[in-house]
Amino acid sequence: QEGAISGRVLDEMGEPLPGVSIVIKGTTKGAATDFDGNFQLLLNQGEDVLTVSYIGYISTEVVVGNQTNFTIQLKPDVDQLEEVVVIGYGSVKKDDLTGSVQSVTAADFNQGAITSPQELVNGKMPGVQIVNSGGAPGAGATIRIRGGSSLNASNDPLIIIDGVPVANDGVNGMRNPLNTINPNDIETFTVLKDASATAIYGSRASNGVIIITTKKGSQGGLTVDYAGKVSVSTPTKFVDVLDGDTYRNTLTNAIEQGLITDNGALGLMGDANTDWQSQIYRTAVSTDHNVSVAGSIADAVPFRTSVGYSNNNGVLKGDQVERTTLALNLTPTLLNERLKVNTSIKYAHLNNKFANQGAIGSALAMDPTQPIMMEQDGEEVFFNWGNVLAPRNPLAQLEYHDDRSTVGRLIGNVQLDYKFHFLPELKANLNVGLDRSTSNGEVQVDKRASYDNVIAEMGSGTYKAYNQVKTNKLLDFYMQYAREFGESRFDVMAGYSYQHFHRRDENGAEIFVDLPESAGAERIRSEARNYETENYLISFFGRANYSLKDKYLVTATLRQDGSSRFSAENRWGLFPALAFGWNMKKEGFLEMVEQISALKFRAGYGVTGQQDIFGQDYAHFGTYSTGQPYAQYVMMDQNGNPQTYIDENGEEQLYLTLRPNAYNSNLKWEETETYNIGLDYGLFDDRFTGTLEAYYKKSNDLLNVTDVAAGSNFSNRVIGNVGNIEIKGLEFAMDAKLVTTEDLFWSMGINATYTDRKVTQLTAVDSENFIGVFTGGVAGGTGVYSQIHTVGQAPNTFFLYQQVYDENGNPINGMYVDQNGDGKLNEQDLVHFKQPAPIVMIGLNTNLSYKKFEFSASGRANLGNYVYNNIHSNSAYNGISPTGDFLANINESVLENNFTSIQLLSDYFVRDASFFRLDNVSVGYNIESLLGEKVNARVHGSVNNVFVLTKYDGMDPEISGGIDNNFYPRPRTYTLGLNVTF
Amino acid sequence: LSHLDVEPIDENLSTADKVYDSEESLQSGLNKVYAGFVIGGNAQGDGDPDVAGFDGGKSVYWRQFFNLQELPTDEMKNAWAGDPELPELSRLAWGSSNASIRTLYYRIFYQITLANEFARQAKVYGGDFEETPRMIAEARFLRALAYTHALDFFGNKVPKVMEEDGVGAFLPPQFGESERGTELFDHIESELIAIQDDLLPAKANYVGQANQVAAKMLLAKLYLNHAVYRGAEEIAYFEKAKVLVNDILTSGYRLMGASDAQAGDQVSPYELNFTADNYTSDEIIFAFTVDGKYSQSWGGMTFIMNAGASAAMKEFTGVDGWGGNRTTPMLVDKFEDNDDRALWFTEGHQKEMDELMSFTDGYGVLKYKNLNRDFSKPQDHSFVFVHTDIPVFRLSDAMLMAAELEARTGGLTAEGLEWINTVRRRANTSEKTLAEVQAEGTLDFILDERARELYWEGHRRTDLIRFGKFIDGYQWSFKGGVAEGTSVNQRYELMPIPPSDLNANPNLTQNFDY
Repeated sequence: QEGAISGRVLDEMGEPLPGVSIVIKGTTKGAATDFDGNFQLLLNQGEDVLTVSYIGYISTEVVVGNQTNFTIQLKPDVDQLEEVVVIGYGSVKKDDLTGSVQSVTAADFNQGAITSPQELVNGKMPGVQIVNSGGAPGAGATIRIRGGSSLNASNDPLIIIDGVPVANDGVNGMRNPLNTINPNDIETFTVLKDASATAIYGSRASNGVIIITTKKGSQGGLTVDYAGKVSVSTPTKFVDVLDGDTYRNTLTNAIEQGLITDNGALGLMGDANTDWQSQIYRTAVSTDHNVSVAGSIADAVPFRTSVGYSNNNGVLKGDQVERTTLALNLTPTLLNERLKVNTSIKYAHLNNKFANQGAIGSALAMDPTQPIMMEQDGEEVFFNWGNVLAPRNPLAQLEYHDDRSTVGRLIGNVQLDYKFHFLPELKANLNVGLDRSTSNGEVQVDKRASYDNVIAEMGSGTYKAYNQVKTNKLLDFYMQYAREFGESRFDVMAGYSYQHFHRRDENGAEIFVDLPESAGAERIRSEARNYETENYLISFFGRANYSLKDKYLVTATLRQDGSSRFSAENRWGLFPALAFGWNMKKEGFLEMVEQISALKFRAGYGVTGQQDIFGQDYAHFGTYSTGQPYAQYVMMDQNGNPQTYIDENGEEQLYLTLRPNAYNSNLKWEETETYNIGLDYGLFDDRFTGTLEAYYKKSNDLLNVTDVAAGSNFSNRVIGNVGNIEIKGLEFAMDAKLVTTEDLFWSMGINATYTDRKVTQLTAVDSENFIGVFTGGVAGGTGVYSQIHTVGQAPNTFFLYQQVYDENGNPINGMYVDQNGDGKLNEQDLVHFKQPAPIVMIGLNTNLSYKKFEFSASGRANLGNYVYNNIHSNSAYNGISPTGDFLANINESVLENNFTSIQLLSDYFVRDASFFRLDNVSVGYNIESLLGEKVNARVHGSVNNVFVLTKYDGMDPEISGGIDNNFYPRPRTYTLGLNVTF
Repeated sequence: LSHLDVEPIDENLSTADKVYDSEESLQSGLNKVYAGFVIGGNAQGDGDPDVAGFDGGKSVYWRQFFNLQELPTDEMKNAWAGDPELPELSRLAWGSSNASIRTLYYRIFYQITLANEFARQAKVYGGDFEETPRMIAEARFLRALAYTHALDFFGNKVPKVMEEDGVGAFLPPQFGESERGTELFDHIESELIAIQDDLLPAKANYVGQANQVAAKMLLAKLYLNHAVYRGAEEIAYFEKAKVLVNDILTSGYRLMGASDAQAGDQVSPYELNFTADNYTSDEIIFAFTVDGKYSQSWGGMTFIMNAGASAAMKEFTGVDGWGGNRTTPMLVDKFEDNDDRALWFTEGHQKEMDELMSFTDGYGVLKYKNLNRDFSKPQDHSFVFVHTDIPVFRLSDAMLMAAELEARTGGLTAEGLEWINTVRRRANTSEKTLAEVQAEGTLDFILDERARELYWEGHRRTDLIRFGKFIDGYQWSFKGGVAEGTSVNQRYELMPIPPSDLNANPNLTQNFDY
């Protein structure tokens, strides 16, 4: 037919659909529907089929025939709707994705005793390493995406919660800044890994981006959801120190054999058998309750609100976090559906009690032959040696150390998404957000805390209070234009972002007080000191997506960031990225291959940056700091009267000092280039799906604190852009639906990561003699380092002496290989030996459901990670009685290595800490239609930290940084839970 | 976009143009230059350290100056396995990355940079103030002191950093081409002469403030050691030194003596220089002041006292004691029985040093006390942070220098001998005749007398080198790593330039044989 036709396109509800593409098949001619869903077209001879398509809907072909007016109803593409993935400033169909993005949704989250968001996804994603800092309740975690591209600057990813980039640089009095978010409120947890995905975040994207979205309300009836849990945590393992009897024998034998001299040690031995470790730990019970209500107010304002309360107790006596969370999401659509509003408020209130973690180390060092209590001046007190160098009584440390904080944190934003009336393809998006935290803390140490004060002589306790307010403000604005032309689709976006970060700390004076009598301040140890800082980040960004025939995809992004942390000359950084995607399955040659249900190839390149320089906001220009009181230089006359001046209030004052601070006016961005290729696959009708990726990253101009020429600045080390690092990696993931019958469903997921990090440059001036930068300070000496950054080696490679062994394979005390044979043992004989980061990480998980039963389990393996056992290396016979005034315990390892003096620099203590940890096992039972139709329930039980398989001889092989010392044991936790929905 | 131009909002942070608005603020800046010798950072307990890569407390200038002057000598040995750089110094077996050496090196240049900045800014912002020339002169004195230490420990090839160089990305050249040479020596000499008139005269200053006599003392010491520093002896420098020493001896200072004794004294007149109330001493020409409350640091005197004491000595020292440093039998044997200066703690200790790593091998030293002269505790006393000022230059040192200068230029006279006997008389020990002194070898005797009078005051390594006894010709416990002592390589007369600076600054070259 030839001539004009017109029509209207409607959605499944019969509502008009604007912006629908209508293309005449076989041509590039077409039209789009207007805001009322209407379109008009002029047809030539022979043009009689229309292709009607719209994002999220199944495309339809319409034969024109003799009709001139059409009403076309599109059906939603359910598959595609589910496969939308959030990315920076928007979302994209999974099929159209060109970057390396991994997403885990609520259904796949880890189960059991989860208190922090990152625990939900641990082990679920290749290339993402999450190591919690120990077993403390609500403990922080180190998150590393692809190993971390910086050396000394922050390696933390950027975290964005419902569109608000949140400060991850720590909140005073809070162990983990992510704890603001109740894990129960989280809907998706998405990780952007390669530069083409992250470059839209420019200067903060080098270490990956984590996007967290929370659950929203929906149209329809009211749903109420209750989830409750009770968990019991118990320590799984203690450090092997000597028990009382073994200690007595060991000490006696050691003196007899002349391993140590009796400087009075024998006379100090007691007759008790105290297991100090079992005294400081406990079995802890924790509870967690959450109620959420979701629905729609007057069928117009979908909402979801939740209240959560958790009371989390640590296995170290007295350790507790109490958290109350409130969340509210309002997502109304206004102005005839043209304006979508997304309001999100999350508030968390935490009450922390921090047990004194010094007790962990003291429990290892405290003599097991001494009793817990002793009599002193007619009073029953905690046993103490009364010597400032002696181990403290760990129970006194716990009992008399009161450290608590109250933290409130609000993250909120309003996002407006407006579709223009005259041009429905054009959208404007405004996002205004706030991240504000307030902390108040107090630390009181009772004088009876058994020499816990350095200045024990004062005979008094100490008191200190602090508070902190952090306020980060955000304003984002962007415009987006999306259109389809025939077989082409494109989508362009450009925007502006403004962020202000402000922080104020008020640290009260630390005063000596006579606790518990509280007779008032006796003496001030440190003066009150406030600290205030700010920085601004202003950005322009844009992205263009182009898709041809849904087969060939191109994404280009560009971001320009300006930071107040750099001088005007170096302030602006440009971060481009380009990526291609090829949906190979849609090519003719694969369409016929039934076994392959999906196949997509991706390749991308991009540049990202880093500007997190340890919170230093003014490092690029010269500043002067006023010295603190008690770091003063006080001249005096010969009568002892000090040099003073009269201040503006007429008061006589001692002089403080004024110090010029080091600075670097050439400071600029750290840059990371990333190349990434990936293959997304689906086999046998998507029974097996997954991804295979390879990447190469190179970070240049690392923000690094390095040695500068002596005399050229106000410090020997100044922050600058020095050094390069290279990372190569492979990532593999597969999800397999093994059985999918009506009653039985069984799936398994496996992922594996290989990471190879190398330092490729460390100094501004090349030098062959430069051995590197020492890192990894160890306990047992001041300024003793176990690791080094060296060119050609992995960062933080262990750098120690090579132990010499006798013919029986026993290490010889203090004997090391003289590597260069010069007859001297010095730093030239230190050798590089293994690295603390795992080379291969594997994650495994499985889900099984049979009718109403569910079972799930997940675990992780790390291979090639080495740990320096500082607990062992800091223990030797001569530590038993160093001065003859007190005794200290030693580790069982001493009985094996027979070291008479501590050997901090022996590679003997570096051990393979490869492990497999079964993180959790969970079972559940669903009860449907309870108490009438509408109520569903689920009971479940789980065990977290089920077991660890490892050859490592310390307490736990999973040590971030690879130096095992004073480690808070990760407990095993048993949880029983109930969910009810109606 | 103008938001990106920030200025500090912290109440304790400012910029030079804003902060230097008064004489008081300039004095605060100058006090930092002083504090840099005895405190490690901007916060108490050496928090917020000035230099990086070291433990704050270990990074203190005077702590490492003291270690480097004393540990490689017969006066002091250390037993800390956890701080391996100290036993290494004790054995005269240090390598180029010894942490103590590196610390002192960077501290020296930190002080120089700090003094340069002060002088630069004071000229710009302090032009109208009456005290500005005096303050600049003091900063230049402190810079000369640091440069003298650079010359003494690291030689003539060290970086040349001048006031006009500014701050930031530049690579300082070497002062001279060779380890021993004239360039740095001449620079220090000209500085000390130039500032003389701007400094306060003797006794017009506070304790802890440098005056004209302190500058003369520093210059006299430079002249006295000229042969080592310049690589050749020139009598003219000894003659210049004599003039200066004569000025010093007549400038109004006097030895503390029997007439200073008071009721309740628990110490001899000699020890009045080393108690918590040593600010009253008329003998100290220049000291760095230390206050247990207002200048809390783990370096400086807190280190000198605590590292040299154990808990058993607490009653006599007034500090907890960390059990690290003690002395060798060679020092103990230099004293006659009745000498007030022989201040040993022997209980539980043996005199002989069989084991380097055992604190009780070798006598403890009770020279310094965190107690007043009557053994009362000073105000705000603690057993950690001490109140005792660090004597840098004392009059008795000048007296022994007078005798030495005579011995080096024509021979010791009766007048010179009287200076030695003045010092000995005060210590209640025997006076010597010229014949007795000559019998022992005049220079050998003077070197020993310097040890007796000045041990643990940071002079010994320089003295042993000047007298040619540091490398061979005299052995002491654990010299060269063996218990009885052995000669060591010539290179140990200088310390190695830290490899980190060779690396950061290609203009530099390593000292011989490191």
